[in-house]
Amino acid sequence: MVSSTSENPMDGASTAISPRPIQDVVIRLAGNSQDGIQTIGGFLARLAGRSDQEVMTYMTIPATISGGPSIFQVRMGTGEILSAGDQADLLVAFYQDSYQNHIGFLKPGGVLLYDTDHVKPNPDDHRFTSVGLPITARTVEAVGGSSKDKGKNLFVLGLLARLFDLDVEKLTTLVKDRFGGRAEDIVRNALLAFDAGYGYPAEGLRQCFFRFDAPRVSAAGRHQVTLDGNTALTYGLIAAGVRYGAGYPITPWSSIMEVLRTELSKYGGLFVQTEDELAAISYAIGFSYSGHLAVTGSSGPGLSLKMEALGWATMAEIPLIVINVQRGGPSTGLPTNVEQSDLLQALYGSHGDTPRVVLAPKNVEECFYVALEAAQIARKYSTPVIILSDQGLATRIEAFDEPDLAKLMVDPAPDLSERPGDFKPYPLDAVTRHAPPGARIASGKYPTVSGLEHDELGHPSGNPQMHQKMNAKRRDKIKALGLELPKPEVHGDPDGEVLLVGWGSTWGPVREAVTRLRKAGIRTGQLHLRHLNPLPEGLGEIFSRYRSVQVVEMNDPGVYGYGQLAMLLRARLAQAHIQSIAKTDGLTFKVSEIIDGVNRRLAETAAQ
Amino acid sequence: MSSATLSPAPAAPGAPLTKKALTADHPTWCPGCGDFAVLASFYRVLERLQYPQEKIVTMAGIGCSSRFPYFVNTHGGHFIHGRSLPFSAAVSLGRDDLHVFVFGGDGDGFSIGGNHLVHTARKNVRLTYVIMDNSVYGLTKKQTSPTSPIGFKSKTDPTGAIDQPINPMRTLVNSGATFVARSHATQVNHMIDMMEKAARHDGFSVVEILSECVEFYEGAFDAANPRKGGQFLQVENHDPTDLVAAFKLASEAWPGRFGVFYDSPRPTKNALEKGLITKARERTKGAADLDLLQASFRKAR
Repeated sequence: MVSSTSENPMDGASTAISPRPIQDVVIRLAGNSQDGIQTIGGFLARLAGRSDQEVMTYMTIPATISGGPSIFQVRMGTGEILSAGDQADLLVAFYQDSYQNHIGFLKPGGVLLYDTDHVKPNPDDHRFTSVGLPITARTVEAVGGSSKDKGKNLFVLGLLARLFDLDVEKLTTLVKDRFGGRAEDIVRNALLAFDAGYGYPAEGLRQCFFRFDAPRVSAAGRHQVTLDGNTALTYGLIAAGVRYGAGYPITPWSSIMEVLRTELSKYGGLFVQTEDELAAISYAIGFSYSGHLAVTGSSGPGLSLKMEALGWATMAEIPLIVINVQRGGPSTGLPTNVEQSDLLQALYGSHGDTPRVVLAPKNVEECFYVALEAAQIARKYSTPVIILSDQGLATRIEAFDEPDLAKLMVDPAPDLSERPGDFKPYPLDAVTRHAPPGARIASGKYPTVSGLEHDELGHPSGNPQMHQKMNAKRRDKIKALGLELPKPEVHGDPDGEVLLVGWGSTWGPVREAVTRLRKAGIRTGQLHLRHLNPLPEGLGEIFSRYRSVQVVEMNDPGVYGYGQLAMLLRARLAQAHIQSIAKTDGLTFKVSEIIDGVNRRLAETAAQ
Repeated sequence: MSSATLSPAPAAPGAPLTKKALTADHPTWCPGCGDFAVLASFYRVLERLQYPQEKIVTMAGIGCSSRFPYFVNTHGGHFIHGRSLPFSAAVSLGRDDLHVFVFGGDGDGFSIGGNHLVHTARKNVRLTYVIMDNSVYGLTKKQTSPTSPIGFKSKTDPTGAIDQPINPMRTLVNSGATFVARSHATQVNHMIDMMEKAARHDGFSVVEILSECVEFYEGAFDAANPRKGGQFLQVENHDPTDLVAAFKLASEAWPGRFGVFYDSPRPTKNALEKGLITKARERTKGAADLDLLQASFRKAR
């Protein structure tokens, strides 16, 4: 059995914590959404990114319109940070309910920092170093005037800067950048609150933590950037030459369309906010038809609404990018929580046989690159491509190497050149290449795009043989893509007890679990799938090298006990040792949950 | 459908665009259908407008009328039921050099696509929408449509329709469309005139054409057909920029009047979006795409 708690310098300490260099720290800020928790969490993440530190964040936002409990968790350090951390080293509790709801996430031996104006911690709980300070009173004192307790977040930021020896100059620059452009007294008040926190006499507390190790120099010698997943995806689309799109607001997709709406006009493009999801995909298909590869997106319920038009795009073979930032479902479900339960919808939603491409990024950095890949595939195979992100990735801030844009940027100009006399939009022996309107056709015969089954020229055909041939044409190009995908790589042991298979945002926690399982002597490998349809070749051979294959995903194991990817893999490979570690509690996987799952499976196998 | 039987001669660049070059598949409509006349009128309109053939886009949704694009030799296509407007709006916005025509029926426009009609109109996207209204679902063989009158007997209302029908002209005038006209498929010259005016309008223009379904709703529009004893009354002494007057026209008793009900330009979304691009370009001093994106990443360092 492997312990599911991580190794940490503070493990085992009860009240006295030995001061020594630390590699990483997990800070959880718990308050209400109007307190600006996300703002200072963002500052910390940006600071870590600017300091070439690894950083990973996790936040929950209440689904209510205004107010409600809100948390932001930052894990930053100098090693490789793969998850936002199962447990916190430091909990900052602004209110009694923040204390009560989150004390369980604090590591035994960790530090509880609480606002004495609002929180009364349990005096009999001696597991932590508890430090109370009048955050509200001191903020009001520092800022003065009529600002009430606004600025508490910056007071705490100042305090954290002192505790962790953070770069004050960089932090204050971030604060000024953020509040600059607003009234002068807002910047002044923010800095007053920050200074008050920084200057608060908390020398005793400083003993709890120490400096981070010397920062790791970025391997590529490139700058680090800190972005959330949605922004990275958006910038990836721009780099990929996507200049047109349409959408309808829905959490957690909206921020992509907000940024595109502002950004694309700078690039001479256009993003349309439409009347509904059906119009959104219709616009996107229209843009693509007109020669501009376009994007639309949504979250699960919106993807369902787009399905009829997506069927048309498959039938008419239109290149298109559809983003689904998954959240908890079905229906309105858990709109601000994470889930991976739209995989089957992405693959098989819509009507009829609609083979299409489905990709999933594993972290924020890959959100950028997956957009480029999606655009490249959509153009090459004239097909819709769905990108499955999720709420966890969308809002999480991570640091990564700045992409080499000069090498990556794609020229988006449509090809309006005259097409030769034998031009056919739907040749049976080649991949479809549309002639956008404006392109002359030498034969004088102009093509139609159609949702009806059609012949090679796009004219309606009710011929059953033609339907079968065209179905094969639409399917075979997806198969061709499958053959050219890179062979999947295994991280960790190339054979052994357990292969952990994942897709999307579970990558980080799975990787950490692999490290811990191997340390405990269990031969473990990790295989992560970015291409979900088509699947890459060679999976069966890899799977057969392990006694057990556990597919880790955030969806329900369903009537037959298998999560959505596990079901697909079992159908594809017919290997009985493929099993599921699945959950739907709306939160990203903790490393310990994966290890516990593996332990349970190993025990089951041993008992058999 | 045999596309091979008709092979339009390639028009040399600069050669006038003729009906011969514009003819594609033979229409699949029933003999006597009003839609034939709409198609013939559309060829005439394009002959008059003389747009370069490759710059014309003919789109449609689903329904009898929506087979239209297969019969016109231009770029275009046949989208899903009710959504041809958002599709076509994107073609117009993405490619300002094109001339976009959308055809559809009363089901497409007033029922399944009703919301899109209103929103494309309020956005004032530059395109021309022709609604071929036959007041019945013909392709699916006689169900009640949103414009079927009360009492109309169909397969879904065997004892007669009971739901209040949509008044197409009131809906269109109210939609925010900047050009609204009405015509009748038996009045070819009038149709040509209305469609040409609509095409020349800078904005969202819509023409409602009463087009009889001889198979499932024979005689539906006889009241406005002089050859069937009706009266074809044209709009007279009407200020097309007067919205209230347009509503009054639209509210006249059946069969009402025909002509331009409303024509009052306002900035198109095409122009407004261009304005946003120009402003953004000014702010960024026309920086190249690479520089723009690099700047965004620099801010994230």
